[in-house]
Amino acid sequence: MKSTLKTTGILRGKELLSCPGMPTKKRMKQGPVAIIECVQEIPCDPCVDSCRQGAITMGEDITQLPRLMEDKCTGCGTCVPGCPGQAIFVVDLNYSKQKALLMIPYEFLPLPKLDSKVKALDREGKVVGEAKVLKVSNSKRNDRTPVVSLLVPKELAMEIRNIRF
Amino acid sequence: MREIELGVVGGGPAGLSAAIEAAKCGVKVAVFDENERPGGQLFKQIHKFFGSREHGAGIRGIDVGAQMLEDAEKHGVEVRLNTAVWGIFDGPKLGISSNQRVSRVSMKKVLLATGANENALAFPGWTLPGVMGGGAAQTMINIHRVLPGKRILTVGSGNVGLIVSYQLLQAGAEVVGLVEALPYISGYGVHASKLRKCGVPIYTSHTVKEAIGKERVERAVIVKVDENFNPKPRTEKRLTVDTICLAVGLTPMAELAWLAGCEFVYVPELGGHVPVHDDDMETTLKGVYIAGDLTGIEEAHTAIEEGRVAGISVAEALGYLTREKALELKQKAWGHLDALRKGPFGQKRAEGKVKIKQRRGDK
Amino acid sequence: MRIKDHPILGPRAKGRKVFIEVDGRKIEAEEHEPIAAALTAAGIFVFHRTKKNSSPRGLFCAIGRCSDCFMIVDGIPNTRTCVTPVREGMKVETQHGLGQWKVGS
Repeated sequence: MKSTLKTTGILRGKELLSCPGMPTKKRMKQGPVAIIECVQEIPCDPCVDSCRQGAITMGEDITQLPRLMEDKCTGCGTCVPGCPGQAIFVVDLNYSKQKALLMIPYEFLPLPKLDSKVKALDREGKVVGEAKVLKVSNSKRNDRTPVVSLLVPKELAMEIRNIRF
Repeated sequence: MREIELGVVGGGPAGLSAAIEAAKCGVKVAVFDENERPGGQLFKQIHKFFGSREHGAGIRGIDVGAQMLEDAEKHGVEVRLNTAVWGIFDGPKLGISSNQRVSRVSMKKVLLATGANENALAFPGWTLPGVMGGGAAQTMINIHRVLPGKRILTVGSGNVGLIVSYQLLQAGAEVVGLVEALPYISGYGVHASKLRKCGVPIYTSHTVKEAIGKERVERAVIVKVDENFNPKPRTEKRLTVDTICLAVGLTPMAELAWLAGCEFVYVPELGGHVPVHDDDMETTLKGVYIAGDLTGIEEAHTAIEEGRVAGISVAEALGYLTREKALELKQKAWGHLDALRKGPFGQKRAEGKVKIKQRRGDK
Repeated sequence: MRIKDHPILGPRAKGRKVFIEVDGRKIEAEEHEPIAAALTAAGIFVFHRTKKNSSPRGLFCAIGRCSDCFMIVDGIPNTRTCVTPVREGMKVETQHGLGQWKVGS
């Protein structure tokens, strides 16, 4: 059977890249941007209000998939902790020549230490490389969903979605 | 002391929501709950809820529960804890027992909001300590803050199996695997993704064959199944686990509705035998209302909305709300219920609710 | 094992310690928690044994709706330990077979 989110819990290929929450390659090359990996129609809309720039839209029917207005998105990451499915990330492919910045939600203890090196895991939980912890934000607004900002190899920015240390 | 006008059986989200709504209109409400603490399943739901932001999406179940208790107190709802309701009689009257004393209480209207029971799954070794309901594991970790075990096998990939597995990871356990008999994951993909990126394998088309151990679970054997759910020979896999969580569905806790003489209809999409009810949440017995998982297995937000409808309907029936005002409030709640039952996951439940409506329409 | 710190629930509030007796052994528990939680935290998973085969039984539903967690508590058989809070000095015993009421009680 074909590997889809429904059959394996892993989002990949066309199913991932064609969702309305995905920015274009062009936009991703311009700097930090949100990646909304939402592909199943579930009545759910907290992401819409979480964006102060109005870059996430949905329409009246809350079962629809959220759409990213990539020109309005500044990649600030405010939307990351609010998604009940933890399906929103931020990627900045311009962070440096070889590295990208990746923001992930992380609801486990212990939280990683600043500047520490951690193992980078892909959507299957496999170690694909190493990442450096740049920031751990956990303010009241996060409502106990900390957001970890990681320095990752550019070519793995769309693979890494978790850490282990 | 004012006599009880609305007696609510069950202080979970549906019961509390109905109580708050009715009390807001001036109805004298008493909620009976057999537990030490009210809130039903809410205080175990430490995750952020889906749904519409207008109705509290993005808020953790524990916080929804805390707010409801505050509202209930604010509106003068009497909550009688450690009180079991064992009978329902004409009147209506409820048979209650509390502090080892039994009595009967009269009221004008009754709302049954008793929720649901976890299903069991029998297989060799299932009686060993360590085999428990998914909800049982959730109660242990999120209410009592005790790990039931360290290495877990979860059976069932509905939202309960997926969410409880994730919460077991958060509590410090290792989820060795999750088995699902269907060839696909039946709960939300995003919940499954959270598990997969933590390295938890999800074995679709698999089931648990046996639990092995002397005094406690020590190992589990899982096996592949074919499209008719028959085990495929020589596909067994042994896992070293000390806990097996059964998340194989819920069944409405409908004993009181049955005792009362409510008419039932069998709706597999909603978990089995459910009492027939109309849009006002009234059963075939006048004065007896239902709300929440008792009316069909859904979620917290549908329980809250159904409770709301029931509370409004009772207030209207008792003369505290005009027909026009009640209709206005009910339409808001019905609209929200419709929105929550859309999409590939909600559709089956919506179809189930239509079956109930059709049965009621026949009368 | 008790969960000391938790990413969502936060650090555990230190409850008042009470001591209960389980089959003659003194076990530390926390005030207000159900007996079954205290036993699980202490590594005790067998709560009673069946009449016929002495098969072990333990926690199953954890909300007082099955009978797997039955134990004899302060002499009272068939007590649902998953919904009965501990008390200082409580006597808890593994039940063997069906509940037996002591004559005269």
